[in-house]
Amino acid sequence: MSDTTVSSVATRVGDNVQRVDDTAKLTGGAMYASDLVFAGMLHAQVKKSPHARAKIVAINTSKAENLPGVHAVLTGKELDYRIGLYVADKDILAKDAVRHFGEAVAAVAAESLDIASRAVDLIDVEYEVLPPVLSQMDALDESSPLVHPDLGSYDYVKASFSPQPGTNIPNITKIRKGDIDAGFAEAKWIVKREYTNPSVQHVPLETHVAIVEWKAGDEVTIWSSAQSPFTLRDLFCRAFKLPHNKVRVVIPHVGGAFGGKAGIHLEPLLACLSRKAGGRPVKFQATREEEFSLLPCRSALTYRIKTGVDADGRITAQKLLMYWDSGAYADYAVNVTRASAYSAGGPYDIPNAWVDAYTIYTNKPWGTAYRGFGHVEFFWGLERHMELVAQVIGMDPLEFRKKNLLKPGSTTLTGEKINEHTGDPLKCLEAAAKAINYGRLTPEEEERQARTGRRIGKGIATLHKAPAMPSFTTTAAVIKMNSDGSVVVNIALTEIGQGTATVVAQMAADRLRFPVSLVKVAVERDTDKDPFDWQTVASKGLLLTGNAVIAACDDLLRQAYSDAAQVLRAQTADLDHDAERIFIKQRPEESVTFAALSIGYVYPNGNGIGGPLIGLGRYTAQGLTSLDKETGQGLPALDWTYGAHGVIAEVDPETGEYKVIKIASAFDVGKVINPGTMRGQCIGGMIQGLGTAQCESYIYDGHGHLLNPSLTDNKILTSKDLPEEIECIAVETPQLDGPFGARGVGEHPMISVAPALANAIHDATGAELTHMPVRFEDVWRAIHNEQPIDTWVTKAPAV
Amino acid sequence: MWMSVEVNGHIYEREVTEHWTLLRFLREDLELTGTKDGCSAGECGACTVMLNGEAVNACMVLAAEADGATVETIEAEAAKGELSEIQAAFARNYAVQCGYCTAGMVMSVRELLRHNPKPTVAEIKEGIEGNLCRCTGYQQIIEAVLDVSGQITNETRGGLKYV
Repeated sequence: MSDTTVSSVATRVGDNVQRVDDTAKLTGGAMYASDLVFAGMLHAQVKKSPHARAKIVAINTSKAENLPGVHAVLTGKELDYRIGLYVADKDILAKDAVRHFGEAVAAVAAESLDIASRAVDLIDVEYEVLPPVLSQMDALDESSPLVHPDLGSYDYVKASFSPQPGTNIPNITKIRKGDIDAGFAEAKWIVKREYTNPSVQHVPLETHVAIVEWKAGDEVTIWSSAQSPFTLRDLFCRAFKLPHNKVRVVIPHVGGAFGGKAGIHLEPLLACLSRKAGGRPVKFQATREEEFSLLPCRSALTYRIKTGVDADGRITAQKLLMYWDSGAYADYAVNVTRASAYSAGGPYDIPNAWVDAYTIYTNKPWGTAYRGFGHVEFFWGLERHMELVAQVIGMDPLEFRKKNLLKPGSTTLTGEKINEHTGDPLKCLEAAAKAINYGRLTPEEEERQARTGRRIGKGIATLHKAPAMPSFTTTAAVIKMNSDGSVVVNIALTEIGQGTATVVAQMAADRLRFPVSLVKVAVERDTDKDPFDWQTVASKGLLLTGNAVIAACDDLLRQAYSDAAQVLRAQTADLDHDAERIFIKQRPEESVTFAALSIGYVYPNGNGIGGPLIGLGRYTAQGLTSLDKETGQGLPALDWTYGAHGVIAEVDPETGEYKVIKIASAFDVGKVINPGTMRGQCIGGMIQGLGTAQCESYIYDGHGHLLNPSLTDNKILTSKDLPEEIECIAVETPQLDGPFGARGVGEHPMISVAPALANAIHDATGAELTHMPVRFEDVWRAIHNEQPIDTWVTKAPAV
Repeated sequence: MWMSVEVNGHIYEREVTEHWTLLRFLREDLELTGTKDGCSAGECGACTVMLNGEAVNACMVLAAEADGATVETIEAEAAKGELSEIQAAFARNYAVQCGYCTAGMVMSVRELLRHNPKPTVAEIKEGIEGNLCRCTGYQQIIEAVLDVSGQITNETRGGLKYV
């Protein structure tokens, strides 16, 4: 086929195309798992632990079982299955011990939600309450109680993780680059600090919801708000030892996910309830309160950074110690630990590095994936640290960063060589700095400062992230032509709001040279019907699925050209096409329409040839390797997306109150597929980043009770909390193996917003902030040199 | 109790469970699932509907209170399958991502524009403050409201910058 376009193409990659799913979502027609109802459906409710750590002495379910309308009651004793993504450490219901506040200890399926709730109230649980371990630093102590005394007997993914039996450590990841002692010996300055952040909630507007039906003959169907249908099916089948062709996972529209709906959550419990209730479908949707503690959160982190810098301001060595609070189960936290470890130094050239990253069990709700996959948390420390180091050595923070940025020829912590196609962190940093007039106040800002008595400060921060995924991550796309010449694309990448369906439609349309209106991306994901995809996570979807979609389009066109060549009595090399037909280049009037070829061509006498046009495309991450367990060396990164934020903040130096005047952020996305959806992704992430920076955190009392499981007490930003100005900037350094040169940007906008804000506050007031979130009282304390207080575990007595 | 309520122009007569909210009544009894439940506590605004012409959180109103009332939900916003001006502006400005807050957001915007046809940015922020959105960062929703109220052109529309 020809590379030159004959037809005028309605839309191309890079154009503003309206979202393909907006009409359904704007009219209330889009169906989410929470909207689904099936004949005979039962409703589940869960009995939850009021204690962070306790022995379960006895559970009496007889009153619940006798309540009319109850069809199944379950406790952990009946269930002999272990669930776990990387370390199989979780029972479906707590068996002998509870390990966190809000953990499920029993469950009921009943004819209505009201009956199920009454039944749960009738279940009596007798506990022997034990003192919990709440801080991950305390959990490292040899005298600490063990959250999992049986850690040594659990199955785990041996290629990537290293559980330490007899401790609270389900994983240590190590990275060793160069000679750390020699690096520190070269240094003129050595700066050592500790940075912390607490657990937070994803807060998707739609809480976790699933419906599961386990019919006779072990035919299981799962409808879920999950992000990753095939991984869900795989984990489910492993736990129950079922063949994959017995289990079907269906994902309708998903009301936000942010990593919290990756993996497997409610589905095994609902499956067991359905089986016990004779195969009736069982539905459960978490309440907002349950979303905070029955379901997972983002891990807390303590990050200790020691940096050596030479007389020229170059980093000579960096020792990076990460202490990740996994909560009660390892889930994604072990992989957050791994992915953060190999990214730990940021987009900087660090010749000698030493990283020890620990995942640590505590008696709190467990940590899982959350947009940024550890990078939001550790970049808080890293980009505050760069600011503080620059201050110590007397260099401008922007200059210090620019001097140490990765550039072509640099190597990453794992030994990957950076080249000019990897992306341009310098261009991002300079664009963000320019957008806020970094390093000076404009006359308007001078005037505003004089008028308000508040001090205006400016801060910048860099970021990078590569997808955290197996080295062999793979995906596929199928594109089917309808008999009118329009097409339907099937993929298993879920649409969770990020705009995947729209950009996939655009990429397919561009490759086929069709208008986008001829391309439909199927809405529902269904493991029985869609081709495999690993997971909808890690900002890897655009690159991997995009490449598979391109391959699928090419496959479909190859079939169409082959059939057309026969019909037109031509060679395929003599053919070209537009959106409607394939024609002979030199005699365009000799043509055959796609519609006529779409389900097999029929000659006037009735003879048929060809057949349905169905293109298949596959794509596997190229050339990645596992990391060496002792040195961390290897190639883990599909692509690096670089970015930077600039923040202008206005601070009251008396009270510590502040306001964000502007945030400007730049990302090297390789190629913008859709400016409108990319800007939406970016602004959404930037504001979610400001939420995590300013106010979000779990707060526990000294007994491990979660004190703020609501949107009133765990505030997320509202429209009134927005900065006065928001600017979003694209840098386009093409990714050589990216579709149309593109790379992912789903998580990145949220990373490093917090340190950019704190750096601006620091610039305005000198406040040396080391704890996130940065509440007004934290700024006041830092300005007045008061010790910071960790109010996320309060010393208050139990309520 | 037995109640009669007009929803989206149709009269429904139903026996309603006394402790049920208007939200449960709409979603579970009338199967109008376009209105979403994000918190059941009046905190997120996802369930915003019009009750006698005023925007309310349907999770904070008992169904029984709607006896004899007129209710409008997102299902009635697009007349005869054509997006309303508010909906079309949301689509043009990428004001929708996951879509779970969208129905409530559209209702709150309708309420805002009814009282204030040309709201300032500050007034728009005030008007949608009760509707949480975790995906969009609100900016493109604000731009959609400026657009539908005739205060934005293709030249002044917020856009992505390239360097």
